[in-house]
Amino acid sequence: MQSETKSRVDQLTSPAGHPVSVLRFEGDIASTSKEAVLGAYQALPKGTVKLILLDFSKVDYINSSGIALVIQLLMEANNSGQKVYAFGLSAHFTKVFTMVGITKYAGLFPSQAEAIAAL
Amino acid sequence: MSEIKQTTVEVRLPSRMGFEKVAMSTAAAVAKLMGFPEDRVEDLKTAVAEACINAIEHGNRLNEKLSAGVVLSASVDSLEVKVIDDGKGMSKQQAKPDIDRKMHGEEDPRGMGMFLIQALVDEAEWVAGSAGKSSYVRLVIRLDKEA
Repeated sequence: MQSETKSRVDQLTSPAGHPVSVLRFEGDIASTSKEAVLGAYQALPKGTVKLILLDFSKVDYINSSGIALVIQLLMEANNSGQKVYAFGLSAHFTKVFTMVGITKYAGLFPSQAEAIAAL
Repeated sequence: MSEIKQTTVEVRLPSRMGFEKVAMSTAAAVAKLMGFPEDRVEDLKTAVAEACINAIEHGNRLNEKLSAGVVLSASVDSLEVKVIDDGKGMSKQQAKPDIDRKMHGEEDPRGMGMFLIQALVDEAEWVAGSAGKSSYVRLVIRLDKEA
């Protein structure tokens, strides 16, 4: 019933010359999304990947179980010395992420261009 | 929907994760007909989805022989949503999630559903059913709520 979560990784370079791994999600982010969210993150090499950008622009539905997966990702990234940012959230989910405190550990940007420019 | 002063819509969901989206879409359709602004419709969608997930997962314990009932009661100035399950009801209110404790592994990353519900609607109450049956959460959003 839930639409399958797809994820893929793109490698970009910020204007400041920093490599950025962009994790792009598509579909719902819910309890069934563990592999697409955490699995995709965990497949990134921790030694070289230091900046991670989460792309939610093709995500329509995120529930509390999905938010919990994002928090787990942030926790692992924090423990590995990686910085995480996100873009593409709707106004509603920007509000929800702010309410639960995610913005304390992941900077949110409206678009990829604005995020990359700031990194 | 201005010509309809009061109306009720009912949905029954199988106790299977993902079907909360059926209730979410139904609630959104009713709220849009009532004239709620888009941001309030989005608030309602998340609150209804979380209430249904709780009913399916915790109330009915994913037992597909049980269904969760969703009753949407529209009035002139508010929409009430009752989500009914066959569980014992919520014994206590969830504390506000603490992101620092979650990030340090001192608090379960999950467990934000009740907080989101309370934060996104104008009224939320959890009522335990008698003999451990027909417990429900009741949500209300009002049309005059400032965005």
